[in-house]
Amino acid sequence: MDKTVNQKAWFLVLPVFLVVAFSAVLPLMTVVNYSMQDTFGNNQFFWNGVGWFKELLDPSTDLGGRFLASLGRNLFFSLVILAIEVPLGIVVALSMPRQGWPVAACLVTLALPLLIPWNVVGTIWQIFGRPDIGLLGYVLNHVGLDYNYVSNDIDAWVTVIVMDVWHWTSLVALLCYAGLKSIPDAYYQAAQIDGASRWAVFKAIQLPKMNRVLLIAVLLRFMDSFMIYTEPFVVTGGGPGNSTTFVSIELVKIALGQFDLGKAAALSLVYNLIILIVCWIFYTVMTNAGVERKVQTESKPAVEPKPSAGLKPVPALKPKEGVA
Amino acid sequence: MARIDLVDLAHSYGGNDAPQESFALKPVTMTWRQGGAYALLGPSGCGKTTLLNVISGIITPSRGKILFDQQDITPLSTQKRNIAQVFQFPVIYDTMTVGENLAFPLKNRGVPKPEIDKRVAEIGRLLDLEPYLNRKATRLTADAKQKISLGRGLVRSDVAAVLFDEPLTVIDPELKWQLRSKLKALHRELDLTMIYVTHDQTEALTFADTVVVMHDGRVVQSGTPAELFDKPAHTFVGYFIGSPGMNILPAEVKGREARVDGHVIALNRSYDNLPAGARIEIGVRPEFVDAVAPVPGLLTAKIERIDDLGRIRFARVRVGEAKIAARAPAGFTSSDGNVGLKFNPAHIHVYADSLLVEGAA
Repeated sequence: MDKTVNQKAWFLVLPVFLVVAFSAVLPLMTVVNYSMQDTFGNNQFFWNGVGWFKELLDPSTDLGGRFLASLGRNLFFSLVILAIEVPLGIVVALSMPRQGWPVAACLVTLALPLLIPWNVVGTIWQIFGRPDIGLLGYVLNHVGLDYNYVSNDIDAWVTVIVMDVWHWTSLVALLCYAGLKSIPDAYYQAAQIDGASRWAVFKAIQLPKMNRVLLIAVLLRFMDSFMIYTEPFVVTGGGPGNSTTFVSIELVKIALGQFDLGKAAALSLVYNLIILIVCWIFYTVMTNAGVERKVQTESKPAVEPKPSAGLKPVPALKPKEGVA
Repeated sequence: MARIDLVDLAHSYGGNDAPQESFALKPVTMTWRQGGAYALLGPSGCGKTTLLNVISGIITPSRGKILFDQQDITPLSTQKRNIAQVFQFPVIYDTMTVGENLAFPLKNRGVPKPEIDKRVAEIGRLLDLEPYLNRKATRLTADAKQKISLGRGLVRSDVAAVLFDEPLTVIDPELKWQLRSKLKALHRELDLTMIYVTHDQTEALTFADTVVVMHDGRVVQSGTPAELFDKPAHTFVGYFIGSPGMNILPAEVKGREARVDGHVIALNRSYDNLPAGARIEIGVRPEFVDAVAPVPGLLTAKIERIDDLGRIRFARVRVGEAKIAARAPAGFTSSDGNVGLKFNPAHIHVYADSLLVEGAA
């Protein structure tokens, strides 16, 4: 059958194209533009090619050193955040009530931290942790712990991490809870009949049924924690020294503090790219983990078209000519 | 393996203080002997699944006791009871292989590895799952999944009973037959007590040697398929078992005579001491009523239609308000829409308030 060709259809795409162009592409191109040039104000620009990018990725330069150091801190931070929040979120979700009014109470309580704006969270913890007037700082110092997030690197890190855990574990817990709620009762009853221990139920039923929502939780928490800015900035301002200076804080320092627009532009592009790549890898690996297992154990004929490795999450659920 | 006794067992989701009419399971006392194949038969919502879940321990009964071999196990949790159950919808642990799925109930109970392997191999063989034991239990057809669920129920050799909760609902009719006969064969081979819940009378009558019919939370009759057919203890059983169901007619019964619509039908037995004030009905299966040409002395009815079931034809007729099905001999027609009904007195039962009354010889 011949399809009617009508080039006028392009006009229908035009509005969207324009909106996206003005909201995303043009600003991005401005950044690309800046990243290739140097400016000393007065709208005077000098071509610099990929110079900023070279400098950025070379640890021996000042820019490169600062970028790579903050990147390392950022990756470590995200890793710690995931390692704490994901298991903790699962545990919280597992221990939540399943019915009656306690459910509503729990959901509201859990949702509260999520509703607080970032800089307010930062301010809360900034004051909470102060040794002179903050409840936490005061109490810790009085029971003999020398706690001061302004002067001690480790204290600063602990504060920032605990703050993030406090702020965002709820998100993971709520997602997991949704996953748990979708498991039919029959599974639990069958497990009871099969004499499964609590751990076996978790391993055989709950965890496998939660892996979809866990994927989303990990992605969200990675992206968010990797882009973190406001809370540590309010609490520690990136200090003491540079110990809690994450990439975004470094970026703002370069762009607004030193007004090095070229360097800052190059940095934001690389930063953006890293987030994209890491998310893509996460996604591909986690969605394919399940598929791969299935394909391997499929009976001999490899006619099964292997789901392409791209952004196609849905494992084919089509019934196979099976055991009967 | 054990004998199971239910002693004055009842369950109400609203607590014991709720009126007894609202109980999901009304008080019942009965015995399930070891090695029997039982079917719990009844329409949806009659309490059969509640009874099953009470036996397996998923529901704690609000009243009464359950004894396994004279031992009271009512307070025990499901895990501690020696019971296996297969649910309506297949439950598969899809991170495991088919074999691991079958081994799961044994592994959880700390059965030694060689023993597990032996059992899994045996059940795999009985259910034709052998070629798939090492395969991940994902992306299987509904019947394959249900076979695995059945396998998990059957794999333990020491269970007091295996309970099936309408396990073949999700299976295609063709495979249903196969699986059902498979179950029957397994029952003979494994010598397990099996209790099979269903709302399908064919399924119940073909699977079980004892059928327990439930109605409105009550066990109304328990007996062999033949008993249920020949002598329903409750009008509901008569109506529910058999296709078409038993004819139930309001009647006045006195001595050896029943009076229906002003016409007298002879009875084989004498009913002199019927409870006063009770609603009296007679019940007779369509197989024992013949539609013939109307002659004086026979109950006359208006014919509505004739159902041809292939090997037999049933005339659907009406006497006053009551509808009756009667056997129509081959070639039977009615010129004016009237038929006479000939009852076989040996198969007429009398019911007072829906319960069977035994007449005196």
